[in-house]
Amino acid sequence: MDLHELTAHELNRMLKKGEISVTDPCKSVFERIKAVEDRIKAYVTLTEKVALSKAGEVDGNLKGGKAISPLAGIPVAVKDNMCTKGVLTTCASKILGNYVPVYTSTAVERLFAQDVVMVGKTNMDEFAMGSSTENSAFGITRNPWNPETVPGGSSGGSAAAVAADEAIVALGSDTGGSIRQPAALCGVVGMKPTYGLVSRYGLVAFASSLDQIGPITKDVTDCALVLNCICGHDRMDSTSLKVNIPDYTKALVGDIKGLKIGVVRELMGEGIEGGVRDSVDKAIALLESLGAVCEEVSLSHLDYSLSAYYLIAPAEASSNLARFDGVRYGYRTPGALGDMIEMYSKTRAEGFGNEVKRRIMLGTYALSAGYYEAYYGQAQKVRTLIVEDFNRAFEKFDVLVSPTSPSVAFKIGERYEDPLRMYMSDICTIPVNLAGIPGISVPCGLADGLPVGLQIMGKALDETTVLRVAYAFEQEFGFKQKPAL
Amino acid sequence: MEYEAVIGLEIHVELSTESKMFCGCSARTFGEEPNTFTCPVCLGLPGSLPVINKKAVEYTAKIGLALNCEIARSTLFHRKNYFYPDMPKDYQISQYDLPICIGGYVDVETKDLTRRVGITRVHLEEDTGKLTHISRTGRIGEADYSLVDFNRAGIPLVEIVTEPDIRSPEEAKAFTQKLKSILEHLEVSDCNMEEGSLRCDANVSLRPVGSEELGVKTEVKNMNSFRAIQGALAYEIERQKAILKRGEVVEQETRHWDDAGNVTVPLRTKEYAHDYRYFPEPDLVPMELSKDWIEEIRVTLPELPDVRRKRFEEVYGLPTHDAVLLISSKAMGDFFEECAETYPDAKRVSNWMMGELSMYLNAANLEIDECAVTPRHLVQLLKLIDDGTVSGKMAKSVFEEMFETGKLPKVIVEEKGLVQITDREEIARIVEMVVEENPSVVEDYRSGKERALGFLVGQVMRLTQGRANPQLVNVLLKEKLGG
Repeated sequence: MDLHELTAHELNRMLKKGEISVTDPCKSVFERIKAVEDRIKAYVTLTEKVALSKAGEVDGNLKGGKAISPLAGIPVAVKDNMCTKGVLTTCASKILGNYVPVYTSTAVERLFAQDVVMVGKTNMDEFAMGSSTENSAFGITRNPWNPETVPGGSSGGSAAAVAADEAIVALGSDTGGSIRQPAALCGVVGMKPTYGLVSRYGLVAFASSLDQIGPITKDVTDCALVLNCICGHDRMDSTSLKVNIPDYTKALVGDIKGLKIGVVRELMGEGIEGGVRDSVDKAIALLESLGAVCEEVSLSHLDYSLSAYYLIAPAEASSNLARFDGVRYGYRTPGALGDMIEMYSKTRAEGFGNEVKRRIMLGTYALSAGYYEAYYGQAQKVRTLIVEDFNRAFEKFDVLVSPTSPSVAFKIGERYEDPLRMYMSDICTIPVNLAGIPGISVPCGLADGLPVGLQIMGKALDETTVLRVAYAFEQEFGFKQKPAL
Repeated sequence: MEYEAVIGLEIHVELSTESKMFCGCSARTFGEEPNTFTCPVCLGLPGSLPVINKKAVEYTAKIGLALNCEIARSTLFHRKNYFYPDMPKDYQISQYDLPICIGGYVDVETKDLTRRVGITRVHLEEDTGKLTHISRTGRIGEADYSLVDFNRAGIPLVEIVTEPDIRSPEEAKAFTQKLKSILEHLEVSDCNMEEGSLRCDANVSLRPVGSEELGVKTEVKNMNSFRAIQGALAYEIERQKAILKRGEVVEQETRHWDDAGNVTVPLRTKEYAHDYRYFPEPDLVPMELSKDWIEEIRVTLPELPDVRRKRFEEVYGLPTHDAVLLISSKAMGDFFEECAETYPDAKRVSNWMMGELSMYLNAANLEIDECAVTPRHLVQLLKLIDDGTVSGKMAKSVFEEMFETGKLPKVIVEEKGLVQITDREEIARIVEMVVEENPSVVEDYRSGKERALGFLVGQVMRLTQGRANPQLVNVLLKEKLGG
């Protein structure tokens, strides 16, 4: 078995035994990239030279007696919306096509502090807006399970990289499902932590009140290891929570006897593909067989979550993306300019893709004088109702489950021209962002030869129970299939 | 028809905190090399996030308490969205419907009356960068290109909004002076109008005297001195009056005070037509200000100008007029008190401060704490007058010298040999000389022209280079002429 096929915890065991150096998995991953990247196009930027020199440096340090951290030398892929000092950070947008940050985001910095080695920056939907990674200024990423289909999005590059063994672990960001949905479509594990658990400092903002960084990994154990590393208070992010952080690997016990699991009725009915529903039903039966008590639960306001989300997220985005104006950095129109306003509008017209423009206009409208209360204000009220729905459900249940995505990976181009249909891809994941709670997607089978994801949702800051259920399921289910590449 | 002016002010004050509003950069950036006091946060680089400067919130609460406002127990920041090259994020983090302070007042003393000016709100925001337009006119429309300096971007800025309670340019000026003095006493801002740490905009409208309705207002910007406030508002009132008298209507617009031309001119409205799309800043969490915290600030407030003025009246026996002028800036009040500690006649200190000192300060366009004259200088000079070393008149020339050179009065007197001549015989000798040399003037005096005496006194003073004791000269001259 090649090293790139292994998980972080497997590689760590070998590293500790002295069977491999830090440089070995790193080289293996770059060999794999050379073999398959042409067909996947998971990356916007590869940083092989820096990675190998960092790996060599870590090897030197370890020889010198430095303690081996659980993620030492693990090759990580980083979504291209997290700032990395000295390395292009494009958000898959023409407008940031030449942008090199002067600082590194907190989450990535924390990985670096644990001797993690960055492989490169992964492709995504422009500014994380999309569910297919088709909205990228730098080309479409393909699903390793079937290159005719999308990897999901917006963290499609990160999910595809992990699924194709082009990285051992990856970071994604999740605003409405952008970690979990591509993880589901690519047959890997993806987690969106509680809002505020992982610092957003250095994450180029899409919708500030919803964005959250999280791991995309090959299994639940790696997910816990990466989460351990990146979470925790950061004084640079006022919305990051000051809480005691447990060791999440302690949750990986395999026992869920007596846990109460709610099956969300609103996310199991209409709009969910038959194959997906079958897999999820089987997953629920398996959880019951492990001693969990599964019951249906209704969260009556979930039907409004998509509408609320598509007001709140674009509203915040319209403001967050204002700074890309050609004045200080990034793309500026080369055209002859009559005045300042023309410079702004040409730069933005040429620099942003269609989906980004669509959302900026939507959000600008939702915040406009005279419409604010009816749109943004109303959406916030709905958000509160959804939070209350979840709170009530969690009075009775330890976790909730649903499909992660209503469908398996869909064909490239199939939904690209139909934004509303594309937006439906996140119907199961969006409520979790609105409520700010943790959610994970774990593979729960194949439908039509493509992976299906089971979503497990927990109380705010109860990542431990979410991971516990996910791990128990993973161990029992034993999803071992790999895409044939 | 008689018209009455209705004026409301919006005053922006840069706080003198160590660091900026939302990052750790130094906030002391005036006059520094452009763009050297910046970081990813105040440059609004992608991915950066704001963190609230607690000191700035405390300063704002202080201001609110000093202006008799209510301090909100729960308050938050909003984003004010508009595109402009001096704004790194193309939105400004500001406050909207939940400012830190609401509903206060300031009592403003003018010559004729004391006016209570309502304070609508005091809120906290971040300052923008500074644009320099490279063109003949310095206006953005005609610029070949513009330069941006982000040193100022992110400096904590407090906006103080008054009710439309002000009725004249004089009151507007007096209000701003009083406010400045309050802020100085609180030690929350440098309040330097020339450097832009205190900036004033005004809303001005006219209405027929006796009417309760408000007329159409214009907003006047760019008033960078007290003189400008008075001049701009006086101009704007006359301009509107003329329009109304012609039976036309005032256009609601923003106008720019042109200090050199002494006129207000309209700003191109296109640049300023905004829907700011305010919404709560999602990168920050709402602030809860506890009752205890607010009380803590309240009890640590320093003595404020109104209380200080009363104390000056009661403890030093000063007339209200003097006390009002002496508390018009903190430095002025401090100067006075330092003098009064070592010199018993407070009224005389006050007279000299309001007379000579103010005159030279105005002429040199200096603040009292920027000039060479210290309380020690003034007190020493007053003592030299008291012990007869110099006459009042000589003291004035000594004052001029010490204002220019910073030398102590004793040093100046010694260097110039300025000691007063009080020797009766010496003066009598000179008086005799003057009387002999001016027979026709003496004749005039004797024939009843009192004014002739002044001329003769002047001659004696001239011959003694002003050093002769003036009272003695008078007495001896009269004796001589009468005899």
